[in-house]
Amino acid sequence: MPEAKPETPAVGPKRFEPRIVAFFCNWCTYLAADLAGTSRMKYAPNMRVIRTMCSGRVDPQFVLDAFAHGADGVLIGGCHPGDCHYQEGNYKALRRVHLLKRLLREMGIEEERFRLEWISAAEADRLKTAVNDMVEKVRALGPLRLETTAEFFPEEVKVA
Amino acid sequence: MNGNGNLRVGLYICHCGTNIAGTIDVKAVAAWGETLPGVVVSREYKYMCSDPGQQLIVDDVREQHLNRIVVASCSPLLHEQTFRGATAKAGLNPFFFHMVNVREHDSWVHEDKQAATEKAKDLIRAAVRRVAFHKPLEKKRVPIHPDVLIVGGGIAGIHAALTLANAGKHVYLVEREPTIGGHMAKFDKTFPTLDCAACILTPKMTAVKKHPNITLWTLSDVTQIEGYVGNFTVTVKRHPRYIIEDLCVGCLECIEACVYKQAKYPDEFNLGLGKRKPIYIPFPQAVPQLPVIDRETCIEFKSGRCKKTCVEVCGDRKAIDFKQQESTETINVGSVILATGFQVFDARRLPYYGYGKFPNVYTSLEAERLINAAGPTQGEVILRDGRKPKTVGILHCIGSRDENTNRWCSRVCCMYSLKLAHLIKEHTGAEIFNFYIDIRTPGKGFEEFYQRLLNEGVHFIRGKGAEINTWPLDPSEEGKLIIRVEDTLIGKIRRIPVDMVVLSVGLEPHADAGDVRRLFNISCSSEGWFLERHPKLAPVNTFTDGIFLAGCCQGPKDIPDSVAQAGAAAAESLALIDSKFVELEPNTAYILEEACSGCKTCIPLCPYSAISFVEAKKKAEINEALCKGCGTCVAACPSGSIRQNLFEDEEIFEEIKGVLAHA
Repeated sequence: MPEAKPETPAVGPKRFEPRIVAFFCNWCTYLAADLAGTSRMKYAPNMRVIRTMCSGRVDPQFVLDAFAHGADGVLIGGCHPGDCHYQEGNYKALRRVHLLKRLLREMGIEEERFRLEWISAAEADRLKTAVNDMVEKVRALGPLRLETTAEFFPEEVKVA
Repeated sequence: MNGNGNLRVGLYICHCGTNIAGTIDVKAVAAWGETLPGVVVSREYKYMCSDPGQQLIVDDVREQHLNRIVVASCSPLLHEQTFRGATAKAGLNPFFFHMVNVREHDSWVHEDKQAATEKAKDLIRAAVRRVAFHKPLEKKRVPIHPDVLIVGGGIAGIHAALTLANAGKHVYLVEREPTIGGHMAKFDKTFPTLDCAACILTPKMTAVKKHPNITLWTLSDVTQIEGYVGNFTVTVKRHPRYIIEDLCVGCLECIEACVYKQAKYPDEFNLGLGKRKPIYIPFPQAVPQLPVIDRETCIEFKSGRCKKTCVEVCGDRKAIDFKQQESTETINVGSVILATGFQVFDARRLPYYGYGKFPNVYTSLEAERLINAAGPTQGEVILRDGRKPKTVGILHCIGSRDENTNRWCSRVCCMYSLKLAHLIKEHTGAEIFNFYIDIRTPGKGFEEFYQRLLNEGVHFIRGKGAEINTWPLDPSEEGKLIIRVEDTLIGKIRRIPVDMVVLSVGLEPHADAGDVRRLFNISCSSEGWFLERHPKLAPVNTFTDGIFLAGCCQGPKDIPDSVAQAGAAAAESLALIDSKFVELEPNTAYILEEACSGCKTCIPLCPYSAISFVEAKKKAEINEALCKGCGTCVAACPSGSIRQNLFEDEEIFEEIKGVLAHA
């Protein structure tokens, strides 16, 4: 009866390891990741965190650039609504995320590859769950294969 | 500079003992680091934050002519300033430095050594690429306003206020109740020394009132706070007392004269165990020594047709003013100490203990009032049915260490339960049973006090009370409260009939702690206690500079610990004030004027109104003093003409490419 599914092997060097780029705000989610560390929680090692002062600083171009350079998923972490260190930067982030999701859909990037999570400085557990969950979901999707890569739209992402 | 050949990066990987080196192959990372473009020196060292570690940076900069520094170690929260300092000491601009977090974000959270090492490399590559774009920056120095706001007038707030005031600083002490004193004012005696709470507290309360450096505002709430460390503007709403403070002499004749000859309404200070009139003073030693009129129960407010005997007796002093209105005060302070305290667990949430149903079930705070000589029974332990108890059960851990309510240990309940056991026994000679999970007495003189109680013949039953009922099984249990408990030391279910039950309720964050947290822009732990900046090394700081914590708002504490923390918060505040200036992170946004199209997209985005539109130039302009550096406008500018120091677009794009470059 119990038969292993051959699609994604659970262990072994062949297993696809997705690369997740995360943008965490300095005041909530970055600190949650620090707390996960001091609490010695264990989570998937696939995420690379880039710190910004506020989730509102995350330019949609950062997300596109990450996908263009080979990220399999992008995670934005900010303070809970109402808790933003800068009053409302996280709402600005949310607005952009809604638009960006539509754009990503047009580009054929699956919804699970891009996430916004509200994680407060105390919610290390939530961070761990979010990262693990995202890694699993993106792993199931497989590597992101964009038809065009960064070289094809350099003017869009290159900065002055 | 952007990697144009002049770049000379020094890369340092910290072992942090085995904290990092135990999981990440630091030697391999250092060797690999040498291969990165621009890296001139790549080293690993046991403790980079130590003096010799920092000296490595200084020496290398001088000998190898480095112009950029990257340190891969712990969270920037801990040591960014340290390494910026080392960078500056070496003669470089401190912002030619970038820190990589490979401990909290890597070695501590991963077990797979290979994956952790790869992650460290990715993060380091990102930093090396990023740092190439760093610019020299200057920290902005702004003067610190010397006044301090303290929110909450319990023992912590009082102690902090007096400490600061004695040091010559002006303090605004804001308390929402009609009197300061907080929970401590309600206690009878304090453990383990059994000195009377009022005797040690009230002199400090009076000192607050008398101190020329303290502005005390009771019946007041902070409604708004703006600004940043050193320069906060605070709005305080002062609710009407209906007594003019300056005119009242505190004779309290008005209370005597009230048309209600008998006190009729439940007295909040005595937790409803006593009665008060519509015009009342919370307790005899209240500070300020002023009566207060309760709108809800005063006949004049309800009908407008009272004889106003209070006004009559006040006579020429004319201190009673039924028309007094709410007022607001705006003050400028440089730092804030939050000492908003706690609330006790509501025992009604655990119906199986019968609180609110059986009259002789009391909470510990009510028991404090019952044995207090200034309490509703003048210190005699008389039950709600008029009897004196012959047997008393004290149930520990009500609303503490409980999966169904609060999981934390409230820290003070064991000791105050022992104290109540001692005092009730002293007052009534009753036989006392304590029901406990564990007895926790870690403190100076605490264990000795426990031993004393054991010798006094107080019974200790190891088992959390399961329920309290009134169903007698034999005549001896008739009219008693029956405590059912599993005595885990003998492995039996027992029934203990008693006359009085005291529920030792735990401490929890105020119901509105979340609002206070939002108002002051600080963080809370998941339980709702205010979060300190670091649990060991910055226990009274918050993540918001200039805002400090004292007392139980940060977590359950006894009086000595609250006072100690209040002293620490006051000292931190003093250190801040006496540094005269505060240096602000230079992470502000700025505009490249030639690129600005004047579209005004950014203007409504700024929560601080730091961006304005200059009609003459048809360009936006950022007021650097108002900008807090969130970067929202930077992300929104369609022409890319708004930039942010320390978080320039290139720097972040390089990081993105850096973390992804190995594929």
